[in-house]
This record gives sequence, C-alpha cells and structure tokens, in this order.
Amino acid sequence: MTQRHRIVFSGSGGQGVITAAILLTEAAVLHEQRNAVQTQAYGAAARGGATRSDVIISDAPINYPKVNQANFLVCLTQEAYAKYAPLIRPGGLLLTDSRFVTTQRKVDAVQRELPMYEQVMEKIGKPVVFNICVLGAFIGLTGVVGMDAVEKSLAQRLPPAFLDMNRGALQLGYRLGHND
Amino acid sequence: MTAKTTKFVQGNEACVEGALYAGLDFFAGYPITPSTEIMELLARRLPANGGKFIQMEDEIASMCAVIGASLTGRKVLTATSGPGFSLKQEALGFAVMAEIPCVIVNVQRGGPSTGNPTHVAQGDVNQARWGTHGDHAIVALTASNHQDVFAMTVEAFNIAETYRTPVILLLDEVVGHMRERLTVPEAGAIPLVERLRTSVRKGVDYHPYLPRDDGRLPMSDFGGVHRYNVTGLFHDMWGFPSDNPGVVHGLIRHLMDKIENNAHRLAHYKTYHLQDAETVLISYGSAARSALHVTENLRARGERIGLMELQTLWPFPAEQVARECGHAKQVVVVEMNTGHMCQMVRAALGPPARVFLANRMDGVLITPTDIKAHLRLIAGRGV
Repeated sequence: MTQRHRIVFSGSGGQGVITAAILLTEAAVLHEQRNAVQTQAYGAAARGGATRSDVIISDAPINYPKVNQANFLVCLTQEAYAKYAPLIRPGGLLLTDSRFVTTQRKVDAVQRELPMYEQVMEKIGKPVVFNICVLGAFIGLTGVVGMDAVEKSLAQRLPPAFLDMNRGALQLGYRLGHND
Repeated sequence: MTAKTTKFVQGNEACVEGALYAGLDFFAGYPITPSTEIMELLARRLPANGGKFIQMEDEIASMCAVIGASLTGRKVLTATSGPGFSLKQEALGFAVMAEIPCVIVNVQRGGPSTGNPTHVAQGDVNQARWGTHGDHAIVALTASNHQDVFAMTVEAFNIAETYRTPVILLLDEVVGHMRERLTVPEAGAIPLVERLRTSVRKGVDYHPYLPRDDGRLPMSDFGGVHRYNVTGLFHDMWGFPSDNPGVVHGLIRHLMDKIENNAHRLAHYKTYHLQDAETVLISYGSAARSALHVTENLRARGERIGLMELQTLWPFPAEQVARECGHAKQVVVVEMNTGHMCQMVRAALGPPARVFLANRMDGVLITPTDIKAHLRLIAGRGV
C-alpha cells in the first residue's frame, strides 16, 4: 500500500490558510520530488467566510484531487472547526489554535490545541505570520514534509525583507508542534 | 525557455506557459474568476517576452482586439469565464466567418448568468459548440491535468493557425486553480505551426478568400503590402460582401468542411484499460480525474472497467467513441452538466447502446464515491 497523506487546512479568508497549503505542497513537489496536489474552496469574498484548502501528498499518481476524509485536519476558526471536524479520519490528527477554537465534540482522532496565535503575538508581534507558524507546527507534529524543503519554498516565494520574520514564525511553530 | 523546467503551478499558469511556448505575442482580456490568473500572469510575462498585453474595457472589446491583432500576423489569446464567454460570442462568430486564427480560454464556473463564480462546472460545452449564431464549425479542446493543459494550449494555437479558425480551450475551475507539477519541455520538443502566408508579391492582386486546391487560405498580414476587405457578411474571394447564393453556399460549406473533414486529425483523447472493459467511462476536464480514480480503484479489485478521456470535445470524435466503446456492455458519461457530451455519445453509439449519465452540478467536483454509486445503480445493486 502506497503512502498517501490527505490534509485539509481550514479557517477564515485572509488568515493565509491557502498560502500555507501552497507552501507545503510546493515543498513536496519541487524540493522532495514527490507527487502532490493542492486545491481550494472559497467564496467570492476576499476576507471572511469559511476557506478550505486540500492537499494530497503521495508516492503514487494523484487523480481525484480533493480530500473527503483527512488524515490531518487544521482548523483555525470556530466556524471551520464546526464545518470540517467531521472530515477527520479515525486515528487522524486534528490541529486547532487554542485562541480561535474551543473544541467541543469528541472525535476519534488525536486532538492538538496549540497556542500558535498567542506565541506569534508574544514572540514576533506580527499576526501576518500566524499562518506560517501554523505550517511550522503542522510539520513539527506530522513530519509529512521536511523543514528544509519548506524553508526552501519560503525563500523562493517571499521577498528577502520578510524572509527572516517568516522563518522565525516557521521555527516557532515547529518547536510548538515538535515538543507537544 | 531552453532546457526543460519543472514547476509547481496552477492550471491557469500551465495554460500561460503553453501559450508562451506556442509563440503567443498578443493578449487582450478582461479579468473574471476563475480565469483571472491567466491574465494576471501574462500582464507580467508577455511584455517581458516582447509581446503586447492589453486590458480592455470589457470582454467584447477584448475579443475584437485579438481579432484585429491576429489579422496583423500575431498569435493571439483571450481568457474568460462563463459571463465573459457569453459576451464574446458575437465577435467569435465574426472570427469564424472571417477565418481569423485565435484562441479563447473559458475557465468554466457555475452558470447561467453570474452563477457560481468560485466553483466548478462544465455547463458551457454546448455553448462552445453553438454559442454564436448560424451554422458553423468550431474546435474546442479540454484537459484534466497541468501537463495536458500545457499540451492542449499549444495544440489550440497550432489548430487555430493551421485551419484559420477560433479554437476554444474549455478548462474548469478545479483544473484552473489546482496546483500540481508541470514540466515545461525544452524549446523545439513540441512542433509549432506558423500560419500559411501568401507568396503573392506587392503590387500583384491578392485574393484573401480564394482557397488553394487543398482548401487552405494563405494570409497576408493586415496593414502590410496588400489591401483587402474583411467582413462578417458572406463574402467573395476579394473579401467583399456577396449574397450570391453560390457564394453563400460555397462559403458555408468551406467553413464546415475545413473542420469536419479533418475531425480525425483533430480528435485528441486518452484511453485507460479499454482492451477488455465491459464498462467504459467517458469523461473530460476535472471530472476525468475522478473517473480515472474510480477506474484504477475498481481495476485493482478485478472489475473490467476502462476510461476514455476526451480532450477534443468539438468536433465531437464520434468515430473514435464508436470504435473504443463498440464492445462495452455499458457506457457511463461522467460530466458536470445536464449531459452535453452524453447526448453526443448516445448519438454516436446509436441503439441499443446502454449509455448512462453520471453527473453532478452543484459546484462540487464529482467524487469517486458519486461515480461508484451511479455504477452500482446501473448494475442494479443499489447504492
């Protein structure tokens, strides 16, 4: 059986959910030479509304590009949590931010609530890198893609002036996830 | 663009890469979700490549601008989605009538009207065929993955320049916005077609609409050495209006025949496990990804199922469908509309073929589970 990671990042438009998913997938494709596909579902508004991005990383070719049952689910708002928590596969991992999401139901999955937003504000002070911290925490928890590969993607996509701050957020998240 | 390069891109970007590879040097458009990235990327890439990029006041003007630019000898593209595609139809008909090479991308979203801007649909298949009025032939291509989006974009330009016709590239929101790997081949790996230009010299009469023996019409770059007329009216070999019944009949036959007689050359499709398939799925665009998922999955469980993925929708590859599906016990057309291609498949196979439609049209990509449920119902096994 080939290994296939089915990942869903969800939150609110403007939080950077789709960007985090793109960075993760790009790292897998360009820097680890794996098969990976990223899609998204969002409404017509630029900000607000439930946003979702699906990522599949696999050794085998990927045809159907969406995720119906997620091994890994990230929810960054209460609305996204309410809407997408049922997607989690039994035995999967659900990551939420403790400031934005109060977990309610018992799901048959490992639940991790991390203070990612709080740590970003305390250590970096810029909410704009929250999504990169989430990505770091996700890598720290799951290891589905190497940190090296994600850092390369960051360096390729971001203007040099913002790279250090983003790298800091990525590592901050990684430590939160890895030590949890 | 020398050595081959691997990229991680959206389908819309794969289309841009294909267009630049094919030699695009003029784009006019008006932004609309989910096609906007094509325009956004070309705004940066095209001028840097020595081409011209114009954002026009609307979709109608964009279509007219590409027609004018093509006449002067440019390879041209415009990109839009449903509402913009509706606006382009009249000028598209002009391009059919005046035989002007151009490529129109329609990244389909839900319709009618402004519909469902950020969600997938395949409801413009018949509009691509019959959106502009009057009897005419048209070419429409599609693709389900980024490598094929690239290849079909190049092919769209090649067909447009070979047959002097508009070519519609029908993508959809999922393919347009999805990101995956694209390998851009090295320059020269895919042959490119340059339009046939007249050898008639300056000062010698040039007949812009006088077909050669092989039916082809050499072009002369407008604004160059020859003066000639271009019109949407039926026209004679000089390009001037004519209502002579012989001229009218001859032109309409020419417009039909140059495409329909070459349908076998224009027919692009892919097959998966068809050799002994009792059930054949026919699909295209993003729906074909779900159909392929089901095909591979059920094959692994020993079911005799195969997939024919259409890449040319128009002219409809009726002969190829009949050949590939002739021995199937049932044919299931998987698409995200009310059955545009299903109708054509039924007509191509004739009675007593068992042709079924497995569709979805709620803005959600049809899932493998949806298709399997249809297959179980068809087999009389319930969902």
